Amino acid sequence: MSNVPANLKYATSHEWVRLEADGSVTVGISDHAQEALGDLVFVELPEVGAHFVAEKEIAVVESVKAAADVYAPIAGTVTEVNQAAADAPESVNQDAYAAWLFKMTPDNAADLDALLDAAAYQAVADAA
Amino acid sequence: MLKKTVLNSAHRTLGARMVDFGGWDMPVNYGSQIEEHHAVRRDCGMFDVSHMCPVDVVGADCRVFLSRLVANDVAKLQVAGKALYAAMLNDAGGVIDDLIIYFLTETRFRIVINAGTAEKDLAWMQAKVAEWKLDVSITQRRDGANALGIIAVQGPNARQKVWEVLPQSKTATEGLKAFFATEVDQYFIASTGYTGEDGYEIMLPAAEAENLWNALHKAGVAPCGLGARDTLRLEAGMNLYGQDMDETVSPLDAGLAWTVSLNTDRDFVGKSALTANGQKCQFLGLILLDKGVLRGHQQVITKQGNGEITSGSFSPTLQQSIALARLPLGVQIGDEVEVDIRGKLLKAKVVKPVFARNGKAVI
Repeated sequence: MSNVPANLKYATSHEWVRLEADGSVTVGISDHAQEALGDLVFVELPEVGAHFVAEKEIAVVESVKAAADVYAPIAGTVTEVNQAAADAPESVNQDAYAAWLFKMTPDNAADLDALLDAAAYQAVADAA
Repeated sequence: MLKKTVLNSAHRTLGARMVDFGGWDMPVNYGSQIEEHHAVRRDCGMFDVSHMCPVDVVGADCRVFLSRLVANDVAKLQVAGKALYAAMLNDAGGVIDDLIIYFLTETRFRIVINAGTAEKDLAWMQAKVAEWKLDVSITQRRDGANALGIIAVQGPNARQKVWEVLPQSKTATEGLKAFFATEVDQYFIASTGYTGEDGYEIMLPAAEAENLWNALHKAGVAPCGLGARDTLRLEAGMNLYGQDMDETVSPLDAGLAWTVSLNTDRDFVGKSALTANGQKCQFLGLILLDKGVLRGHQQVITKQGNGEITSGSFSPTLQQSIALARLPLGVQIGDEVEVDIRGKLLKAKVVKPVFARNGKAVI
């Protein structure tokens, strides 16, 4: 059974999103996603300062088995990327919620309300 | 409805991640594909390959039949037990399947064909027996009352582990050179494999496969999924049917010229097409110099024109991405080329298509 922390929001495309105190959001891929992909060997992160609309390809994670796009869960501008995850992709397998990929400033904070809560995402993961 | 091998419940008990592999419900890994890969290079791992199809070829005309059926020459099989890797071609010289032929006696050979191609292969073989009016019977041994299971035990410690579990096999198998098979009781034990490591492929009555699997597991052999099998064969520079070649590809363009015997007056299906068409491209290895992962179907840009990756992944042994590719004639080993990965041109080096064998990098 994959781990779905209750304090996070999720996208149907398997990203997790955490709202920070300063209004920014931190984004990674879910435990279910890392488990489905298997051993990760490459992470391609977006450029800091780049703007993405919601559901646009923003990063790539590749396992030995396959490449998978990571999508912007909401519209916003990238403010920071986690180079440590790119340098050690296996850290995402070890703890998908600690090994975040990037931070964004949302265009519109209300967009977060459209994301899934843990229970709804668990249902998506179980059906996959 | 997915087909299942006789070891399906054993995989589930071990917590395997199961995937649809060409219509078969097969384990892709039991946790970490990379750890399974290293287990085979460094110690010993086992694979359920019971989805592959053993075929018994029996009758007075076996040798005549096989000499016309495949591009390699069964005249090379003179010692009982010897195995031969060969491509079965269509009239246009495309590869219907790649297979291993084991020579048992003049009236009995065994072939192992791929899972996804088994039905068309069997139909093709039956049609050729009829067309050539030969005394040969073709019997598949994957399904039904006489079905066989196949477990591949691979790695530097594979032989020791097999002898520990099947002590009665030691005398017959310890002198077995590479690419031979021998029969011990109900076990057909072959020193063949798809990993670039020493080891055995063991065929046995399907009903007994789970006992052997569990005994090997208890002896410390790591269960390995098809994920690790793919990265191991890629590092070893071994072709995968359907990816590195298929019915539209000549063996000469898929790095299989060494398995095509054109220099005798023996005729075989596809020979005239191979002779007429010759070699159109080269099958070589690539190592990615930039960061990223090479994958099948990516374009390779060279000074001599464009080529294409047929298989690519991350090499756990080299800790770099590697690939097999069809490249234009004239490209040399050592050349630097570019690969188009999602619109970015990344640098790669052309190498001989063998990356790691016997526990070590060979690049």
